[in-house]
Amino acid sequence: MNSKFQNAALSTALALIGVGLFFLLWLALNRFAPDLPTPTSTWQGARIYIVEPFAYRGEQDQGLLSLTSKSLILVAKGYFIALLIGAPIGFCLGLSKNFTRTFDPIVQVLRPVSPLAWFPLGMVLFLGTGGQALEYGALFTIAVCAMWPTVLNTAVGVRAIPQDYLNVGRVLRLSKTKMLFKIMVPATLPYMFTGFRLSLGIAWLVIVAVEMLTGKVGIGQFIQDAYMNANYGNIIVGILTIGIVGYILDRLMSVVEARFKTA
Amino acid sequence: MSHFLELSQLHKTFPTPKGPLTVVKDFNLKFRKGEFIALIGHSGCGKSTVLSMVAGLEDVSRGGIVLTGKEVTSAGPDRGVVFQAPCLLPWFTAFENVMLGVDQVYYTASKLERRQIAEYYLSLVGLADAMHKRPAELSQGMRQRCGIARAFALSPKMLLLDEPFGMLDNLTKMELQDVLLDLWQRDQKTALMVTHDVDEALYLADRVVMMTDGPEATVGDILEIPFPRPRNRRELLENPEYYRLREYLIHFLNERSHHRPAPSIPPAATPAPDSGIKRFFNSLSVV
Ligand SMILES: Nc1ncnc2c1ncn2[C@@H]1O[C@H](COP(=O)(O)OP(=O)(O)O)[C@@H](O)[C@H]1O
Ligand SMILES: [Mg+2]
Repeated sequence: MNSKFQNAALSTALALIGVGLFFLLWLALNRFAPDLPTPTSTWQGARIYIVEPFAYRGEQDQGLLSLTSKSLILVAKGYFIALLIGAPIGFCLGLSKNFTRTFDPIVQVLRPVSPLAWFPLGMVLFLGTGGQALEYGALFTIAVCAMWPTVLNTAVGVRAIPQDYLNVGRVLRLSKTKMLFKIMVPATLPYMFTGFRLSLGIAWLVIVAVEMLTGKVGIGQFIQDAYMNANYGNIIVGILTIGIVGYILDRLMSVVEARFKTA
Repeated sequence: MSHFLELSQLHKTFPTPKGPLTVVKDFNLKFRKGEFIALIGHSGCGKSTVLSMVAGLEDVSRGGIVLTGKEVTSAGPDRGVVFQAPCLLPWFTAFENVMLGVDQVYYTASKLERRQIAEYYLSLVGLADAMHKRPAELSQGMRQRCGIARAFALSPKMLLLDEPFGMLDNLTKMELQDVLLDLWQRDQKTALMVTHDVDEALYLADRVVMMTDGPEATVGDILEIPFPRPRNRRELLENPEYYRLREYLIHFLNERSHHRPAPSIPPAATPAPDSGIKRFFNSLSVV
């Protein structure tokens, strides 16, 4: 018990030292890059966005959390599309050798493509929807970029289903649907959740690029705005916000993932 | 006269990187209805392969398996399988694991009746209080109890058990052997049990089938176990006959399992090679 407490205290202390070093590095960089705002000036410039996180002073002028929530909503939509498409594709890849032979090359080629490259295509695809093209293009980009870890991890998980579990189903002559939902999906869930977690990370990564390209209001747009207005301190604040939110999302998913691992 | 289960000229060949490997060759065995057969042999000789073919989980390369007049071509709930690792599905409770099969087999029964069937078998194996726990919360022994309940709850024509107690400590193993015998005696299910434990084979089986070493493993010898039922472990251990049979099995595993029996001579008649041992074994009731 005591050593556990000591351990926690040590972790906290070291983490604080890390933060301290970060600020020292920042101050050191200020000497080489005179245009880089100092921690103090950054705080002063961004104060209003931080202390009134939900303020709404106009579409382009909102508190940080208000902007973040806008981004999160867009991410959530794109992310769920990614899961809905990615998990079944992963299942097919895991189940069928021929499906893998047919589609794995395409998957491998499309996987490394940057969101910056996908977005224009997304716009073109949805031009017919008129005013909605921007939104759909954004969702398309997030979904296409974020689904790969779900696809690949699900496929690995399906291939890793212990033969014994499948044999249980064969002995009982389970129907295809029962086999899928009572045995294969639960057996694959731990892998799927690893994929889901990684996909969420990518979806959050992509949002900044998408907002910069579309001009949709959100945390990515906040950075773009700051850059245009030479308000460089806000760029740093935006980056930190994105990082912290991403970290929190990842932690939350890890908790869910761990729960499925032990089950 | 037709037998309950008949394995005839059973072959199993696996493709391997070095070419086809015939693991089991010319395996013949006839089961009487209600008979408990133990299959012993060295590790890797092909016992599980034979059992999997009967279960329908492995294809038969050549030869045939006929169960109550019908050729076995696929797995099915008429053959309850108890695996070495109980292979309970970890996302289901013990009860749900049993229900998965019960729902499948008794699909005409009402939900309540099906629940009662599952509960009945779970309490027979002593899991009445733990049936709503997940496998992770159960001990090895309890998991295997559940595995047994799952197999019996299907009310299968026969039972297939692949070293079901191999991973248990001795005390738990003996407990579960009794649980199994109890259930088996209740409705005299025909059973095939793979084991490498000679004492287990002697305690449970009506006949012990000895397999020769692979590759090309086959039936080396068959030993009839004459002890009356219900059997009592302590009485058995006081019976000199028990030790003679035990010696016979151990001798087979140590000395004779390395050779296939000569094709012309029926396996049962194969005499022991050494003259001293020969006289000793000739006095045994070998079939
Ligand atoms: N799928 C397979 N492919 C190739 N060889 C196999 C396969 N399954 C089992 N074998 C081989 O068949 C032999 C018998 O295996 P098994 O029936 O599991 O033995 P036992 O249960 O008696 O220990 C072993 O030598 C094993 O390597
Ligand atoms: Mg085996």
